[in-house]
Amino acid sequence: MESVIQVENLTKQFSNGFTAVKNLSFTVPKGKVYGFLGQNGAGKSTTMRMLLTLIAPTAGNITFFGKPLNENRKYVLQNVGALIEKPDVYKYLSAYENLKLFAALSGVKKNKAQLYSQLEVVGLLPRVDDKVKNFSQGMKQRLGIAIALVHNPEVVILDEPTNGLDPQGIADIRNLIINLSEEHKKTVIVSSHLLNEIEQMASSILIVDNGKKVIEGLKEELFDPAQTIVHVETNNDESTIKILQASQWSVALQPDASGKVKLQLHRNSIPDLYKFLANQDIQVFALKPIHSLEDYFLKVTQHVHTI
Amino acid sequence: MYTLFKIELYKIFKRPRTYIAFAAMTMLIGIIQVGLKSDGKEYIDFVLAEFSKTFSIDGTICNGYFVCYSILNLLLVHVPLLIALIAADMISGESNMGTLRLLLSKPISRTQFILAKFFAATTYTIMLLIWIAILALFLSMFIFGTDDLFLVKNNYAVQLKENDIFWRYIGAFFFAALAMVTVAALGFFLSQFADNSIGPIVATISVILVLTILSTMSIPLFNTIKPYVFTTHMVAWKEFFDVKVNADNETIQGSIQYPENIVRSSIVLLSHIVLFVSASIYFFRKKDILS
Repeated sequence: MESVIQVENLTKQFSNGFTAVKNLSFTVPKGKVYGFLGQNGAGKSTTMRMLLTLIAPTAGNITFFGKPLNENRKYVLQNVGALIEKPDVYKYLSAYENLKLFAALSGVKKNKAQLYSQLEVVGLLPRVDDKVKNFSQGMKQRLGIAIALVHNPEVVILDEPTNGLDPQGIADIRNLIINLSEEHKKTVIVSSHLLNEIEQMASSILIVDNGKKVIEGLKEELFDPAQTIVHVETNNDESTIKILQASQWSVALQPDASGKVKLQLHRNSIPDLYKFLANQDIQVFALKPIHSLEDYFLKVTQHVHTI
Repeated sequence: MYTLFKIELYKIFKRPRTYIAFAAMTMLIGIIQVGLKSDGKEYIDFVLAEFSKTFSIDGTICNGYFVCYSILNLLLVHVPLLIALIAADMISGESNMGTLRLLLSKPISRTQFILAKFFAATTYTIMLLIWIAILALFLSMFIFGTDDLFLVKNNYAVQLKENDIFWRYIGAFFFAALAMVTVAALGFFLSQFADNSIGPIVATISVILVLTILSTMSIPLFNTIKPYVFTTHMVAWKEFFDVKVNADNETIQGSIQYPENIVRSSIVLLSHIVLFVSASIYFFRKKDILS
């Protein structure tokens, strides 16, 4: 698989002696959504800042498009759009003025119609001439994303892009990110504390803990599909558990203190489970593989098993 | 670089804070002009009390040139405070707003970024001085008219002919611009070491106050460093209003008594500007952007 970013043995030690990132290596494949996971203080933002040359690494190499970042900074940044942490823009300017300003800084000339169209994509067209100081956090977030995309970059780096958004906003941003990757073939690196968001968007995932890589790989490789936890919502959980205990599904049944129906099985078996329950005249309201990434994330970060 | 410079100017003049200095200057100069228009004669009588006993003074002493000199004498000490409001906020303000990381993740070099910001701060400083010149000189000339300029120095008086004054003001304003750009460079340098604007603004004002006090104190320990301190040279604009005299003690039109003082002060101020800007570039290129 062709890679866009290669990071080798990246280390950052600050002047106070704190090492935020330790020998971190990873590869970001082209045209995919790359999920960057880690607890607060794990080193995600420091790594993203090093990718954008905001922080100088103490050691290690970063390569974009096959070129060393430190020797090709301008070229790389012309092809990268970013939103790091909060979407801070000029509050005394309007959304349009901010976008125009950052388009010019990105080295692109766009006319009013093009900039308006860009603001329409993130749903800010009705507020295009309003000062940003009157914007909600969600609106600032959308403007930050518009700024990251204004110069049509090949790589988009988004740090917690759904922060401060309502559920509809989160869904919109998720769809936008998926669309950027699938339709426009852009490479998107996205970090989020919302693990299920990453799970829905990313095809590859990097998990870091205490500045070190815990694991990296394709999503389907990271999770053992045979270990999928499935929650079943029925009209009668007690009766359902009894029926399952008396069937071939008994080995998959998991104890649950609250009396809910929970099974551990291969992801491919979920349709068969549904058929079985339907044949037993059990009304199934929902059948959900729940928090698989969250479970996995907690498991790998709590064991502090770093590689 | 030019695009960056234009963007920086655009940002400066879009901020309401920018106009505080212009409004303050308009108000202060207006107050002085109103005061001198209504009670100028009393003020002149007070200033020339000693000379009136010996000389008979004719003509309009309280004319536009005299008013302008009085305004500059009073206000140029305070203008650095207003310059610091903008210059010391140039980088720390971006850091405080969180826009610094967004700016520096764009394909612009840090050296160009610093230079564009410094040139924008310089442009603001010059525009403020042009505004002061319009109000203090041209408006005063319009309100009070023009005549010879009679100045009372420490132990002597200088009378400049009406047709020998205007160019001196042009020179004085150019020199004042250089002095104020030095203040801007200092504020700009300090601006990169903080993530909020208050610290660098207060630090700039404090440095100027302390150095100004040292410059004016006649203590042997300080006398050795005075020639190298930029605040010592900031008042050299007054040199434009000292003239040479001939053997009959008559002023020589178009002359400056000590032009070498102006040249020396200009060199010291320019050296400080180069030093502050170079240091800004050096430190900023190595700075980790954590805000």
